[in-house]
Amino acid sequence: MSKGEEELAQGLARVMGQKAGALKGIENLNRLSGGASQETWAFDGITADGPLPLILRRAPGGTAASKRETAVPLATEAALIRLAEKAGVPVPPVRYVLDEEDGLGPGFVMDRVEGETIARKILRDDAYKAARPKLARQCGEILAKLHSVPMDTLPELRHSPAAAEIKQYWETYKTHGHPHPVFELAFKWLRDNVPAEDRITLVHGDFRNGNLMIGEDGVRAVLDWELAHTGDPMEDLGWICVNSWRFGNIDQPVGGFGQREEMFAGYEAAGGPPVDPERVRFWEILGTLKWGIMCTLMYEAFKTGMDRSVERAAIGRRSSETEIDLLHLLLPRS
Amino acid sequence: MQDMPKSSEIVEVVSEFMRQHVLPQLQGHTAFHALVAANALDIVKRELAIAPEANEAEKARLEKLLGREGTLEELNRLLCARIEAGDVTVETPGLADHLWETTLTKLAIDQPKYSGYRRAKGEI
Repeated sequence: MSKGEEELAQGLARVMGQKAGALKGIENLNRLSGGASQETWAFDGITADGPLPLILRRAPGGTAASKRETAVPLATEAALIRLAEKAGVPVPPVRYVLDEEDGLGPGFVMDRVEGETIARKILRDDAYKAARPKLARQCGEILAKLHSVPMDTLPELRHSPAAAEIKQYWETYKTHGHPHPVFELAFKWLRDNVPAEDRITLVHGDFRNGNLMIGEDGVRAVLDWELAHTGDPMEDLGWICVNSWRFGNIDQPVGGFGQREEMFAGYEAAGGPPVDPERVRFWEILGTLKWGIMCTLMYEAFKTGMDRSVERAAIGRRSSETEIDLLHLLLPRS
Repeated sequence: MQDMPKSSEIVEVVSEFMRQHVLPQLQGHTAFHALVAANALDIVKRELAIAPEANEAEKARLEKLLGREGTLEELNRLLCARIEAGDVTVETPGLADHLWETTLTKLAIDQPKYSGYRRAKGEI
């Protein structure tokens, strides 16, 4: 265990002992992933009844370093998870939000929900065979509840309806300067087809196969709330249909596991207003373009020397995947 | 003129070496990155084989579409500007065919296993 890890373990044991349900200590601290914007750690709380599986999400190295400008602060993420839970969205219950005197930096502790997030396993392993046919409808039901969180209860969030999303990604695209005629065509189409801002809700912002904890019974938890904002709720329904998140199952548009109609039926059955498939298609097109631009952006991180990994370099060559998806959507061959 | 082996043969043999001899010795994160590296070399291999002829064809299509000559990059920038200005649209004769041809070539190099490419080729 490194010095940083030992300090973290001691700090967590102290905080969890005093403040969060009087745990007797912690054990099995283990780093799960570390992006530029977040650290995720698994650990067990020691209780009289045995180990309590927990997760810590915190800023890298426990510092309040600047994250992606579109990412919400960790305390906001925790607040959103709690609000979503109240609205009936399956989430990992938040146990404790770190404060300044805890000395561990911004972050929070939540329950560790058992299940699978790796999309290819969810789509191919026998363990999820019974769950797969239910997932599209469940996603619709969950999104209807997520979009029902009362607006006046939300913490401060970025407001990003369609026009703002287009503007943000246009600026990103123009900054890096490489010409993409297919992206230009997509931008043009999107600008000509911006939907009305007639319903504004909480939007998860990254609701897709890969950010859902799946068990043999179906969706157990919605994860990765850091791109949450307010905007057009149909953004979430379109994003999960982007071909990149179907992981090869091109004819199962919802996450590679189901049909749009099943998701729409679940959405309406759980109290959502009737879904306009054309509006969802708009967001699928915008989502496809967004992922393509994100791929080019990750290459920029390589080019500027910020991240000299092969992976960062190679992902730039994945933006062409979104170009062929955009052509299928905008210029289908008869 | 360089001597043998051709650059495509060098890239190919390094990719083979990585898959057959290096990858089996690695684990976890390093193994994942080595696989990404071998895949990246395969992109180079396909580009060396496909791009020379395909780029010439792309340039010829662009010159016809835009009515002027230039480098591949200049012509692509001009096409972007014309699409942005609304001077070239989905209705413009030749645009759809040009974008499909160009994008199919990009995928044939970058990721020929991608579902959207295989669908366009009628393979799935």
